[in-house]
Amino acid sequence: MERREQVLRFAQDDRFDILVIGGGPAGIAAAARAAECGLNVLLLDEGADVGGQIWRRRTGSLARGAARAWFTRLEASGATVIRGASVVDAARRADGGFTVTAERAAGALLVDAGVIVLATGARERFLPFPGWTLPGVIGVGAAQALLKGGASFRGKRVVIAGSGPLLLPVASALAADGASVRLVAEQARSRDVGRFALGLWRHPATLVQAARYRAGFVGTPYTLGTWVTAARGNGRVEEVDVTNGRTTRTIACDLLSAAFGLVPNTELARLLGCDRTDGMVWVNHDQQTSQAGVYCAGEPTGIGGVELSLAEGEIAGLCSAGHPGDARALLPRRDRLRRDAATMDRAFTLRPELRTLAHADTIVCRCEDVTLGAIKADWRMRQAKLYTRAGMGACQGRICSSALEFLHGWEADTTRLPVEPTLYSTLTAEPATSAPSANHGA
Amino acid sequence: MSATGALVTMAIDGREVRVSAGISVAAAMLDAGVIAFRRSVNGSDRGPLCGMGVCYECRVTIDDVAHRRACLVMVADGLRVSTHACRPERSEGPA
Amino acid sequence: MTRTQRWDAIVIGAGIVGAACARALAMDGLAVLVLESGFTGGSTTAAAMGHLVAMDDSPAQLALTALSLALWRDLAVELPAAVEYDACGTLWIAEDDAQMEMVRLKQQTYRDAGIACEQVLGAAALSALEPNLRSGLAGALLVPGDGVIYPPSAAVWLLAQAMARGCVVRERCRVDEIADQSVRCGDEWLHAHVIVNAAGGGAVALTPSLPIVPRKGHLAITDRYPGFVRHQLVELGYLASAHEMSSESVAFNVQPRATGQVLIGSSRELVGWDASTNRRVLREMLDRAQRFMPALRDTSIVRTWRGFRPATVDKLPLIGRWEPTAGVWIAAGHEGLGITTSLGTARLIADMVMGRTPAFDVSAFAPNRALPAAEVAA
Repeated sequence: MERREQVLRFAQDDRFDILVIGGGPAGIAAAARAAECGLNVLLLDEGADVGGQIWRRRTGSLARGAARAWFTRLEASGATVIRGASVVDAARRADGGFTVTAERAAGALLVDAGVIVLATGARERFLPFPGWTLPGVIGVGAAQALLKGGASFRGKRVVIAGSGPLLLPVASALAADGASVRLVAEQARSRDVGRFALGLWRHPATLVQAARYRAGFVGTPYTLGTWVTAARGNGRVEEVDVTNGRTTRTIACDLLSAAFGLVPNTELARLLGCDRTDGMVWVNHDQQTSQAGVYCAGEPTGIGGVELSLAEGEIAGLCSAGHPGDARALLPRRDRLRRDAATMDRAFTLRPELRTLAHADTIVCRCEDVTLGAIKADWRMRQAKLYTRAGMGACQGRICSSALEFLHGWEADTTRLPVEPTLYSTLTAEPATSAPSANHGA
Repeated sequence: MSATGALVTMAIDGREVRVSAGISVAAAMLDAGVIAFRRSVNGSDRGPLCGMGVCYECRVTIDDVAHRRACLVMVADGLRVSTHACRPERSEGPA
Repeated sequence: MTRTQRWDAIVIGAGIVGAACARALAMDGLAVLVLESGFTGGSTTAAAMGHLVAMDDSPAQLALTALSLALWRDLAVELPAAVEYDACGTLWIAEDDAQMEMVRLKQQTYRDAGIACEQVLGAAALSALEPNLRSGLAGALLVPGDGVIYPPSAAVWLLAQAMARGCVVRERCRVDEIADQSVRCGDEWLHAHVIVNAAGGGAVALTPSLPIVPRKGHLAITDRYPGFVRHQLVELGYLASAHEMSSESVAFNVQPRATGQVLIGSSRELVGWDASTNRRVLREMLDRAQRFMPALRDTSIVRTWRGFRPATVDKLPLIGRWEPTAGVWIAAGHEGLGITTSLGTARLIADMVMGRTPAFDVSAFAPNRALPAAEVAA
């Protein structure tokens, strides 16, 4: 019912007041609030349906709770929504507005907008360890995403080993699907996570949610201070080693879910020249970045979860629409949620032992098969790229550079268009307003 | 979609499979028992890692277009997938 | 450590030209110090396509590229795999009969310079060699001795060769000033009999009256499509695009990379040091390439970048002594041919420094030669 037909009326010479990039909670809230102010708003999302990773619905299932309410609100807001559109370029125009290029199955999409709200979400952090390139080794959110995409893990023996609050809900979802969850291993120390759990008491909604997840897989061992050190198998993962630093044991499995928290997707923000602090997009009180006309909300400003993303999205939507006064009431809530997020971040601090998992012959860059030993610790990311091709492949370093950031303390290299690989024909699509082609020299 | 039970027929490396409409190509492939989606530049098998379009490990050839992300493309009737889209490099060096 | 040491030669810049010069001088037995503000091969060299190509814009250019290609071929067996040397040859593409006439003239010019180019291909032969080219092209000249390399790795390897002969390299060491037989890095003065300014795009900052203008270019590279293209392909009009110092031009030039990727060029702009991406020029460059290779439109582009060619108005590099400052030599201004001509440049510099007579007359490269005023677009 809440599904919208894909908008087809879009034409190249349309111009939107506000373009929201990313249709997770932050983007939905921003688009809905801005459109409710009467502005012409476009929301672009890469997925087959809005909701982002967190509100992504299992194929055929209906949204519930807050997600459903926000889907309905977005629908009613009058915002235009285009799904399946991957933004590959954003450039400031001479008039101060922006031209954004996206790729869809149907072809390129060029959008002019006065203001951009970046709600590009986060991805998982993967860290290299021996065997992590075997088929069957996937992320934690990845298991959830594949499950929601329609995959079934019924009967599969699963080990979940990584870090962060996503481990339990994913274990629960896999168990509900009929998977046999053998172990959930959280790398963080028990006293850190304990403090975090105590903090949860202040937020009953979160706690209830956590308890429900736990109930979903009663009897599954959940251990703290435990991490994966290796995966082995012939052509696919067959067993994994986990350790608590004192003893190591081997567990047979068909699937290893291993990811170490989230990293923000800041590629578009960097392309647009937005400043960052500690890897996060810097924003002011109104969620505006260092670039005039560019707002940012949700995970790119700091990993904080759904409720913070919604708060930031609402504020970004109202402020980008020119109604900062209406956003005032939301600020205390956002600021409190940010403090909670910082607490959580401390609870799941990555332990230094994780820096020693990869050996010299362990692949770090999966696109180009570059091993850790080929990369010198005193280089910068750009040297690794130029000398070894690490980060030069299709994922543009999204996987290896967040690993190298942790392993070697590096910063990501500069971002260039396209911010993700795109069809040649997308880059040759001509904006309606562009000048006629100049001829070449011959 | 599975709720309505609609099925589509697609081909994975020439093998026809019936899958639920509305699921991703990656999901359909995993459910069909395919775990190696592509061959890495040094020739090892790879499958999906991130499940959400970031890592490009699930690249396959879909309807003759190479390097498509199986996790982002939805199944469709008649869709053809071939794995190992990225074959080992041609021989290098002075001819 | 070596603060008071007097080096035989200091080379400024560890791009491919500086690396080649350091290697040549070290092989002549000189004690060489290389100073690089960033890291080896990380600047002008990193942005380059990496073609090894004979070019005949002028007799001097043809002589220098021919010498350089011979030197690259001599080195080929030694080059490690990382340099990705591929003797793929170049096809100079003619669109019509008029261009086929030019192809034949080009063949004669190359032959006279001793460059092997036996084959002028007709339409069918061209199509058989490169099936992804559009139909209806008139033909092409095959220059089999041309090739491609991966420039940053080539610079690293050339420098490693120099280091094996005692050369010392300091990276992240910016030279602020050049004076008589000396350079200043911050508050440290370093001295040498010979100072070689091979700072690529940065050369003009150190020797301000050098007649170098930045000529911006954009490049794009695809994902891996092994076999999509087999030779370096250049439209015959490329030379015209490169020759005229017009404010803006694009020309079709694609390369097969060792990875199976297709590297797509080229554009030229005179916009000073404005490093922003010119999306219109990038689009026109891609449109131009697509006109020759329609199948490109379905490939996936993984990356684009831009860089600055250090250009001169007569398209010839600046190689030789810089009279105003004692002991200073220039090896800069190679525009789009620095990868090819790095080895030839190094040979000429070493010959001149060591008092040997170069293989050909080098007066055309004299850094203080008379040049028409450069026009740089606002």
